[in-house]
Amino acid sequence: MHFINQIAMSAALKADASQGGFAAFWEDVCRRFESTFITEDRWKMFLDGLLKTVQITLFAAVLGLALGFLVAMVRSTHDLTIQGKKSSKFGDYVLKFFNFICNIYITVIRGTPVVIQLLIMYNIIFASSRNAVLIAILSFGINSGAYVAEIVRSGIMSIDKGQFEASRSLGFDYKNTMVHIIMPQALKNILPALGNEFIVLVKETSVAGYVAIMDLTKVGNTIISRTYDAFFPLISVAVFYLIVVLILSFFLKKLERRLRNSDH
Amino acid sequence: MTTNQDVLIKVDGLRKDFGDLQVLKGIDAEIKKGDVMVVIGASGSGKSTFLRCLNLLEEPTGGTITFEGVDITDPSVNINKHRQKMGMVFQQFNLFPHKTVLKNMTLGPIKLLNMSKKEAEEKAMELLERVGLADKANAYPSQLSGGQKQRVAIVRALAMNPDVMLFDEPTSALDPEMVGEVLEVMKKLAKEGMTMVVVTHEMGFAREVGTEVVFVDEGVIVEQGPPKEFFENPKSPRLKDFLSKVL
Repeated sequence: MHFINQIAMSAALKADASQGGFAAFWEDVCRRFESTFITEDRWKMFLDGLLKTVQITLFAAVLGLALGFLVAMVRSTHDLTIQGKKSSKFGDYVLKFFNFICNIYITVIRGTPVVIQLLIMYNIIFASSRNAVLIAILSFGINSGAYVAEIVRSGIMSIDKGQFEASRSLGFDYKNTMVHIIMPQALKNILPALGNEFIVLVKETSVAGYVAIMDLTKVGNTIISRTYDAFFPLISVAVFYLIVVLILSFFLKKLERRLRNSDH
Repeated sequence: MTTNQDVLIKVDGLRKDFGDLQVLKGIDAEIKKGDVMVVIGASGSGKSTFLRCLNLLEEPTGGTITFEGVDITDPSVNINKHRQKMGMVFQQFNLFPHKTVLKNMTLGPIKLLNMSKKEAEEKAMELLERVGLADKANAYPSQLSGGQKQRVAIVRALAMNPDVMLFDEPTSALDPEMVGEVLEVMKKLAKEGMTMVVVTHEMGFAREVGTEVVFVDEGVIVEQGPPKEFFENPKSPRLKDFLSKVL
C-alpha cells in the first residue's frame, strides 16, 4: 500500500507545480481511497466482511439444498403416489401429514420477507443465543430451502410420466425409480434455476447486518459512517458481490456443460 | 381345455373407473403360455387401459388379475417382483434419455436381478445383435430413429427375462416406413414362443401372428377368437362395423 502514498504525494507535488485541476482531483481520489482502505487497515474489514458473506452463503446454500430436496421429495411423492386417491394405509396418513407441514413451511417462508425471518430468529426464537452468524445461516438456509423445494419439485414434475412407467414396468420401486431415472434428469433440467437461487442467496445475505453481523454490506456502511464518504465503500462492496457472483456463475456454467455433455 | 398350469394370466371381472368414467366394465380373459393375444378396438374403448391393468400401471377398481398363480391385485403382494416378469413396451418408447442404449438395457438386470455388470452387458449385446442394433450400444436414445428406439425398448424389456411381454400400441408413434422393422422383431419373438399381449391397430399383424384376437368396445370384450374365424366371420354388428372401417 506504500506506493499509493507515493503516487498521492507525487500527484500533490505536480498539483503544486502546475496548479492544474486534474492533479487536485487525483489527490482527492487518492486521499479518499486511503481513508477507505488503508487507514486503520480497513481493507482487513472488507476482507473479513467478504469472508463472512461467503461463509454464510455457503452454509446456507448447503442447508437450503438439503431442506429443499427433502421437502420436494415429500411433496412430489405425495402428489405422485396418493394425491386424489382414497387410501386407508397408515403410511399414507403420515405422508399426508408431512405434506401438510411442508406446504405450511413453503407458504410462510415465501410469504414473508427474509429480513423479518432473520429478525424473528435472532430476537425471538434464539433470543438467548448471540451466535449471530449461526442464526443467519439457519435463517437464510431455511429461507432458501423453500425456494429450492419448489424448484426441485417442478423439475421432478417436468419429467415425462412415461419415464416413471417404464421404470416401474421393469420392476423398480418408487425409490429406485427416483434415484436412477427421475432425479438425474430432473437435476439437469433445474440446474439453471438452482444456480439462480444461489446467486439470489449471495445477495440476500446483505441484510445480515440487521443482526449485528459484519458482513460485506455492513462493513461498507460502517466505513462510510467513519469517513463520511460513500463513494469508495459502496462501489467496492458492489464490486466484491459482483466478483463472488461471477465466480459462482463460472462454476455453475461448467457444471451445466458437463451435465449436458453426458447426453445429447 | 387346458390345465390351470398353462394359464399365465387370468383376468376376472376387471373393472377400472377414472372418476365417474367407467373405462373397463368387467373383463374376463385368459392368457396361456405361448399365446399371442392381440387386442383391438377403437380409441377410447379401454384396450390400452386393459393392458396397463395387467401389470398394475393402472390400479384396477375391481376384479382380480392372477399372474403365475398369484393374485397381483392383492395389496399385500409385492408388485415390483411380478413386474420383473412382465416386460412392457410403450407407444412412446420411454427409453431413458440420460443413459446409453446399453445402460438402458443393463440397469434392470444389474439392480433387480443382481446380475454382474459383465454378464448383463453380454446378455444385452446378444439381444442387440438379434435386433440388428449392436453398433448402437453406446449411442444415446436421441441419436436413434423411432424404429430403432422401439427395438431397443423391446430388448430392454427382454433383458429382464420376462415370462410375458405387453405391447401398448408399439407402432402407433412410428413413421410408416419404420413400422415394419418393429413388427418384424415382434414376429420373431412370437415365433420363439414368447407369450405376448399386444394392443395394436395393425390388423395384418393380428391376423398373421395372433393366436387369439380380442375386440374391446366400451369397456367390455365384445368378441374374441382365433384370427381366421375372427376376421373372416365376425358375429357381432359392432365388430363388423369396426372391421369395415379399418380393413
